[in-house]
Amino acid sequence: MDPAFRVERLEKYYGGVTALAGVDLEVDAGELFGLLGPNGAGKSTLVRIGCGLARADGGRATVCGHAAGSVEARRRIGYLAELFRFPSWLSADEVLTVHQRLARSAGGREERERLLAMVGLSDVATRRVGAMSKGMQQRLGIAQALIGAPAVLILDEPTSALDPAGRRLVRDLLAGLREQGTAVLLNSHLLSEVEMVCDRVAILSHGRVVAAGTPDSLTSARGVVVETQEGSRRFDVARGEIPDLVARLVAGGDRIFSVVPSRSTLEEFYLETVGGEIG
Amino acid sequence: MIRGDVAVVAGLCVRELGRRRVFWVVPVLTAGFLGLFTMACAYTFSVSAPGQLDRAALVGSTLMGLAMFSILFLGSVLAVFLTFTAVRGDAEVGMLQPLVVRPGGRAGFLAGRFLAAAGISAAYVVAVYAVALVVTDAIGGWLPPSPATPALALAGAVVVVAAISLLGSVHLSTIANGIAALMVFGAGLTAGLIGQIGQSIGSTRLEQIGTAASYALPFEALYEAGLHNLTAGTGGLTGLIVRLGPFGGAQNGGPGLVAWSVVYVLLVLAATALSFARRDL
Repeated sequence: MDPAFRVERLEKYYGGVTALAGVDLEVDAGELFGLLGPNGAGKSTLVRIGCGLARADGGRATVCGHAAGSVEARRRIGYLAELFRFPSWLSADEVLTVHQRLARSAGGREERERLLAMVGLSDVATRRVGAMSKGMQQRLGIAQALIGAPAVLILDEPTSALDPAGRRLVRDLLAGLREQGTAVLLNSHLLSEVEMVCDRVAILSHGRVVAAGTPDSLTSARGVVVETQEGSRRFDVARGEIPDLVARLVAGGDRIFSVVPSRSTLEEFYLETVGGEIG
Repeated sequence: MIRGDVAVVAGLCVRELGRRRVFWVVPVLTAGFLGLFTMACAYTFSVSAPGQLDRAALVGSTLMGLAMFSILFLGSVLAVFLTFTAVRGDAEVGMLQPLVVRPGGRAGFLAGRFLAAAGISAAYVVAVYAVALVVTDAIGGWLPPSPATPALALAGAVVVVAAISLLGSVHLSTIANGIAALMVFGAGLTAGLIGQIGQSIGSTRLEQIGTAASYALPFEALYEAGLHNLTAGTGGLTGLIVRLGPFGGAQNGGPGLVAWSVVYVLLVLAATALSFARRDL
């Protein structure tokens, strides 16, 4: 069975600049895949090729086995661009109606109401886009991407304009989509978000995948944080050394309130991998 | 039957027409033009002419020639307004991408934008022409021999302008395309005038320039064919004077003009679709 989204040896050049230099990755149904990397790493280019908005110079991209950009591929994707704008004079409900017709979705009013509820916009269904906050527009963008229950959802920086509550709403929404079997390709700079929701991630740098795997596999144990009467202290010890550490602290007169194993964060791994590169 | 996604894009374009302030320029200018035209008819038809001249035909055809030029200009401005941001302009602000990733894709988007722009512009010039004709008939009692033909010629001309501007929108930024489309429009009319002058003074070279311009930019030839129709039924001394006037030297393009115009629009649209298909967004 074909993966929901696949790119193989994908290449893209802009004049003399290499945007993608042979990228391979796959996203399976029901998987949340995070795409990370500094500005200019090639993430948005990859996403745009996947949606058929840009043409690859080499390799191929497929959506459920169909060439990216083909009608069959376009039938199966939902997409939210990093930079998007809906006509300011349309209401939220009208935006979804337009996209239902374009996506040839038969979901009707029920689908629109369900999607607006999912992104927390039920109360503003009749409000014009021009009168919505940036965050509301971004949530509306997510709702339009979900029109027609796409097999593959491609989101380019979907939470950049959202407040913490909005981000949490989107995280919960993505988790729900995973349960429904939707494949999600999430392009984001928000590493903590990606670490929290994604099953796998890939880090792009200079058009290449420089690291890929589950967030757990990319992070590592980093000792423990011990809370005593003097505050929290971090000890760089292996798991097997923790009982001896605690005994030593108690013998030394410390009162132990908590011992929490510590791991490196995805952000730390990312910075180590791309070397603090600023795009 | 128009496909659903094409109709959706065309519908958005039509609705946008009423929402953007820039489009208000067209009805304001139209109202101003028709007001002035009515005043001009009322005044000019009341002026007496030498007995041997058909005053109604002389004044009517001249004023309608003037009206056709103004209507063509306004219709072309409308056609350009409706198309000049269509691809690059809308892509730069992120309005295009959510539409073209849908199953209808780029071809559906282009078809919708073109049908809306061409339809609105053509309907506009036909409507304004009809009003001008009614005013001319009511005040001066004059109608051209085939009243519908100039209207169809104007409609065809603005459809050609819409197609050219849509092609420009793939390659040029918004402002550059708006300027370029109106410059092409002006260049076409100028080349047509050069051709008429060439014919009047017997200059083969100038006539060739005019002919080449007619092929390259057939909206001008269509406009000329419409003008020609206004004066075609006027004979004698009146006909001679009309044909010597500012709108009297126009050529009838013949049956080949319509066929070439259709082919031209199809070629321009094909070039637009091909360019758009190859453009990264």
